[in-house]
Amino acid sequence: MARFAARGLLLLALLLPAAARAQADDPYAAFGAHDYEAMRAAIETLSTSGDARAPAVLSALQSGQLRVGEDGTLYLRAADGTLREALSGAVATGVDGAALKEVRMNNAVRRALDGALGGLRLFAGDPATRAAAAEAVFKGRDQAALPALERAIAKETDAGVKSVMAQAHAALILTGGTASESDKLAAIAVLRARGDLEASSLLASLTGQPVAVMSAARDALTAIQRQRQLWDIAESVFYGLSLGSVLLLAAAGLAITFGVMGVINMAHGEMVMLGAYTTFVVQETMRAHAPGLIGASLFVAVPAAFLVAGAVGIVIERGLIRFLYGRPLETLLATWGLSLILQQVVRSIFGPSNRDVSTPAWMSGAFPLGGLTITANRLTIIVFAALVFTVLMLALRRTALGLRMRAVTQNRFMAAAMGIRTPWIDALTFGLGSGVAGIAGVALSQIDNVSPNLGQSYIIDSFMVVVFGGVGNLWGTALGALTLGIVNKFLEPLAGAVLGKIAVLVLLIIFIQRRPRGMFPLKGRAVEA
Amino acid sequence: MRRIAAGDGLTLVAVLGGAALIAALNLATPPGSALHVPSFVLPLAGKYLCYAMLALAVDLVWGFAGILSLGHAAFFALGGYAMGMYLMREIGTRGVYGNATLPDFMVFLNWTRLPWYWHGFDMAWFACLMVVLVPGLLALVFGYLAFRSRVSGVYLSIITQALTYALLLAFFRNDMGFGGNNGMTDFKDILGLPLHADATRAGLLVLTASFLSVQLLLARALVRSRFGKVLVAVRDAESRVRFLGYRPESYKLVVWVISAVMAAIGGALYVPQVGIINPSEFSPANSIEAVIWVAVGGRGTLVGAILGAVLVNLGKTYFTGALPELWLYALGGLFVVVTLILPNGVLGLLRRRGGGNGAVPKPLPVGEQPT
Repeated sequence: MARFAARGLLLLALLLPAAARAQADDPYAAFGAHDYEAMRAAIETLSTSGDARAPAVLSALQSGQLRVGEDGTLYLRAADGTLREALSGAVATGVDGAALKEVRMNNAVRRALDGALGGLRLFAGDPATRAAAAEAVFKGRDQAALPALERAIAKETDAGVKSVMAQAHAALILTGGTASESDKLAAIAVLRARGDLEASSLLASLTGQPVAVMSAARDALTAIQRQRQLWDIAESVFYGLSLGSVLLLAAAGLAITFGVMGVINMAHGEMVMLGAYTTFVVQETMRAHAPGLIGASLFVAVPAAFLVAGAVGIVIERGLIRFLYGRPLETLLATWGLSLILQQVVRSIFGPSNRDVSTPAWMSGAFPLGGLTITANRLTIIVFAALVFTVLMLALRRTALGLRMRAVTQNRFMAAAMGIRTPWIDALTFGLGSGVAGIAGVALSQIDNVSPNLGQSYIIDSFMVVVFGGVGNLWGTALGALTLGIVNKFLEPLAGAVLGKIAVLVLLIIFIQRRPRGMFPLKGRAVEA
Repeated sequence: MRRIAAGDGLTLVAVLGGAALIAALNLATPPGSALHVPSFVLPLAGKYLCYAMLALAVDLVWGFAGILSLGHAAFFALGGYAMGMYLMREIGTRGVYGNATLPDFMVFLNWTRLPWYWHGFDMAWFACLMVVLVPGLLALVFGYLAFRSRVSGVYLSIITQALTYALLLAFFRNDMGFGGNNGMTDFKDILGLPLHADATRAGLLVLTASFLSVQLLLARALVRSRFGKVLVAVRDAESRVRFLGYRPESYKLVVWVISAVMAAIGGALYVPQVGIINPSEFSPANSIEAVIWVAVGGRGTLVGAILGAVLVNLGKTYFTGALPELWLYALGGLFVVVTLILPNGVLGLLRRRGGGNGAVPKPLPVGEQPT
């Protein structure tokens, strides 16, 4: 008994001065004492202190899970009953939970706590958290957050976060009703600069304001909407460009085999599909043998797909198509049959379901550009399509092989008389077109399902692009693909995705009937051949 | 009109006699009998004959006018949809929701009124009129635009494929009011006769055979006439025909519309026998498959189209049941082999044995095409 008393006295002696001292500079100590006024003051201090421990303590207080020991130590009680020391964060062992007391509040403390919790994150150490908190204030428009917000703006050093806070502040000023007219006009200017949907809906919802404020709000609203429209157009163009790039990739190979050689290759889509499956095989191999280099797998897949699809293309040309030159309709049927066989081969080897092709880290994610969100994979595809097209053009215009290819297409007999081995050039040209289709397959494996039917969904589109652009004209193909992509994306919001596509098809059918040889028809003797 | 040729006569006997025999053996013999034809054969045979009509239609334009249509299944499917709409209205209150006017899928989509284009399809004669009129008009408009601007050869093939692809996408939409993805099915009866009864099915089979026979005779009369001669000339040397003072586009347009209507009638008879019509009938692959039936049988022979359609589809039924993985190999191989080795199809092979000439001339080498 005596020992117990002595220990208690000792404790008291140790603690009392500490507790008294703490109330002055350690706000946490206030929760141990039964002084509601001190507690309220402590909460306000904590809410602006930026102390990392404050959120946990305050939210525990609100949910009634903050416990205080005889010695004034604070504990956080988790849902499963385990206790942690609030300040150190260590698990409290050997403490009897039943002996601890819940920290109680009165209404004044509760009010202060509500405001503090909302504003607390505005003072977090991480700028992203502060920006998110300001954004939440902007959306929630909770007037109680105004004082905390104003203090936060004054303390803020990060310019980006500060502007978000200023926007939140403007939203509170406008919806609060107590601010002066000039403050409100300034707030409208801030929202106008923000210029997104949230800002315009806030401006549109304003009622009962002074005349000057209302007219300023209306002006800002029209300005925002006009700007939004511009950004929407820019967005459609970007999406259209990326769709057009996909079409261009799919059609570029066909522009060689169909456009330049005049071979109707209905198995073109299957060359694309082979390219996509090559990507899958390359990735699986690299995952097994060189897992560290998996991020670079696409750089290996591009040449591999070119070689695989190109080799298959040469085999097809030598084994089938060369017997059918000059009989386009028969070529069409035979290559269609070939496409069925190729699909079934792939289905037998890889199975009928979709195979999983992974996207490298550098191709995922997005970044904002003005009012646009540019996704990395769309941008990559646009750049990749431009690259493939440029290389293809250079190959045809600047290499000896390209020269021979063009010579054979323009006048087969003259080319043969000049010593060009035309059958060999035929095979190589067909292989080039097929190889480019294989490269397209690498790109499409990133945005579409890799299944045996992958090619079929692109074959009609590809033919449309080539015919629309003008057969035998690579520039026409490029322009045709981009035009179709952009037109498609502009029709989509008006008519919906499926109706938009139907509209594009119908427009194309009509266009081909107006100009049967495409946008840029070849002129001269080659036309009637 | 001249005497019926031997090949045509044989085909007529085979089609009509075969259909009648199957129908009779099914109805007149007891199920246990050795001669009994099981009931599932009736709609199957009917389906083949409907496909034969589609093939005949393709052969008429491809074999005799040089128009390779890769979208003829669109006309077939449109005819089928017109018939399907009639059959849907015939269900009446026997549907799952028991709505007297609205088909089940419309009730399911919470529609309250019948769309305007569904009115009149409760009457069989109106539906039959639409079977002919809708595909016929589409063919007329499409053909007028295409042939007038001299879209020909491969370009025409590609835009016919775009046509059927656009229709495929359109009919997939629920908002179109044609049952969307699921199409129309669950038909109960036709003209008051229960569709699942053997007698109705036998009747439909014989009816299909009769329609096919009439179509064959009409097509033969057409290609034998002066009109047909000009058509063949257009196929072989369009520019020369034009320089001689004809208007090839008019000849093409007439045969194109006739062919579309023939395909549509096939589709209309197909739906009650198969019991379902859905957007997949529009898929470009179906149209191309119809072309291979013609190529297998022998392009430009009419009879060959019927033979090819029945042969290939018999093979398809066998393969997809017994060796499903091999079917696409077989079909694909058929395309390759027929175009490489058998340019005149099975009939060409038979005639070569007999010393006769194929109907389609051997294609001229490049650079020697007549102009």
